[in-house]
Amino acid sequence: MSIDKETAAKVAKLARIRVDDDALPALAQEFNTILGFIEQLNEVDVDGIEPMTSVTPMRLKRRTDVVTDGDQQDKILSNAPDAREGFFAVPKVVE
Amino acid sequence: MAELNTLTIAEARDALRKGDVTSLELTEACLTQIEGAGALNAFVHHTPDLAREQARAADLRIKAGDAPSMCGIPLGIKDLFCTKGIPSQAASRILEGFKPEYESTVTQNLFDAGSVMLGKLNMDEFAMGSSNETSVYGDVINPWRRGNDDTALTPGGSSGGSASAVAADLCLAATGTDTGGSIRQPAAFVGITGIKPTYGRVSRWGVVAFASSLDQAGPMTKSVRDAAIMLGAMSSHDPKDSTSADIPVPDFEAALTGDVRGKVIGIPKEYRMDGMPQEIEKLWQDGTAMLKEAGAEIRDISLPHTKYALPAYYVIAPAEASSNLARYDGVRYGLRAKLDHGDGITEMYEKTRAQGFGPEVQRRVMIGTYVLSAGFYDAYYNRARKVRALIKRDFEQAFAAGVDAILTPATPSAAFGLGEMAEADPVQMYLNDVFTVTVNLAGLPGIAVPSGLDKKGLPLGLQLIGRPWEEGDLLNTAYALETAAGFVAKPGKWW
Repeated sequence: MSIDKETAAKVAKLARIRVDDDALPALAQEFNTILGFIEQLNEVDVDGIEPMTSVTPMRLKRRTDVVTDGDQQDKILSNAPDAREGFFAVPKVVE
Repeated sequence: MAELNTLTIAEARDALRKGDVTSLELTEACLTQIEGAGALNAFVHHTPDLAREQARAADLRIKAGDAPSMCGIPLGIKDLFCTKGIPSQAASRILEGFKPEYESTVTQNLFDAGSVMLGKLNMDEFAMGSSNETSVYGDVINPWRRGNDDTALTPGGSSGGSASAVAADLCLAATGTDTGGSIRQPAAFVGITGIKPTYGRVSRWGVVAFASSLDQAGPMTKSVRDAAIMLGAMSSHDPKDSTSADIPVPDFEAALTGDVRGKVIGIPKEYRMDGMPQEIEKLWQDGTAMLKEAGAEIRDISLPHTKYALPAYYVIAPAEASSNLARYDGVRYGLRAKLDHGDGITEMYEKTRAQGFGPEVQRRVMIGTYVLSAGFYDAYYNRARKVRALIKRDFEQAFAAGVDAILTPATPSAAFGLGEMAEADPVQMYLNDVFTVTVNLAGLPGIAVPSGLDKKGLPLGLQLIGRPWEEGDLLNTAYALETAAGFVAKPGKWW
């Protein structure tokens, strides 16, 4: 599996990271080096092996489905680059 | 008494309780050292006022006879931990200006025990790196040098600031985090002790997430005893972290008897890598001989899937990172890129993340995005998780056969020069974690113990890997190794 410039551009788009066109070939090359390293995993016989889902065998804790927190709008907005009238502000989404 | 900043936690605790010293004196000694150590670039956010306030409060507690072991101990805190009202930016530009409104569970536990925070410590951006060269704050410098050669060396990564600060006696100990070796590799590179506990022992709440199924916080200290004391204070069951284990935290320090007679120490043949420097090989043999001399039984073992740990890690960790780092979007906190007229929300995301993330973080987020994308999920991500299950099984089989702990080198080399890996491809840098990453994949506790010096006078460390939840037993084996190795070297002060 080899990653070309177009695939690199697609991945950057999916990751929501702007990459300039002239940086794509080098990026594709880096991806190929890393994926080449990862390809070693194909040597392993994984027949009948379940993918690991939990590091420690444990049942996640349950709790009653009730509100335990809240009423801290100011704190939540305090770090926002742009907050107005109690909301996060973003560029216009709908024309 | 020795210079106050050079004390171990245990020494300081005893002196505090006897009234020979106050926490304020310890704290001032450390603050003075930090001020004179700008060249190391270890402390990146200084909190002297908070430190003095906490020290005074600790002194009152000690006077009142209410003094847990960590009370009054001045610490450095890795920038990955959210600390209320104090910059916490994971060494990333994208979290510039971020001041959490909350305290991480680990720092809260340490503060509840009376510890003093001197400031925040440099690290690799989002804990992604093995040389502390990916930080927005710039490189951390290792206090150690190769003899009379003044080449600046890496302290390792990602907890490079923690390693450098403890080795240079800027603080008594520091917090670190370890996703693939980020406590143990830097500890080995600067000649200190660092333990990554069992996954779930220490709460991840309030620690900026890198790869959630691998991340664990732990102490970086001047001795194994200090690691036992500080790990006890950091550990807790935390309802705010769903993978935090609801089991009691034992008294780890009480486990330090130094008696390892009859313990079975496994020596895994797969950790003998091609091209491994002879000095590392000898260090490993010497450590094996020391534990044998102390009465342990040495047994050759096999962990057949070791070779596949790094490639599996470089699927799983970036996959989880791509998901965790999706939250940095320029909306809720940190940086938002300056937008051009007509830019919409997608341009805001893309420009913010391009400007806010450094190259290594971008690379890993994109690799993670790729391995999780439609059509590749099974081939990469699911296959890696299956291999991870096999790696864990290797360890389970060794422990089931009676092995108590596994001894390996901590790193494949001593600390290297900053910039020396600049021309190498990313995979070359990843190989730094070849001995440590298996432990994260299997969720096991692992500890790096300084065990010797190389020909150029740089520290080298050995790693011990223990059974899950048996950090006490692991620390005791490490204590026996520490005692036998008798590592006392310190870097000469040049900064």
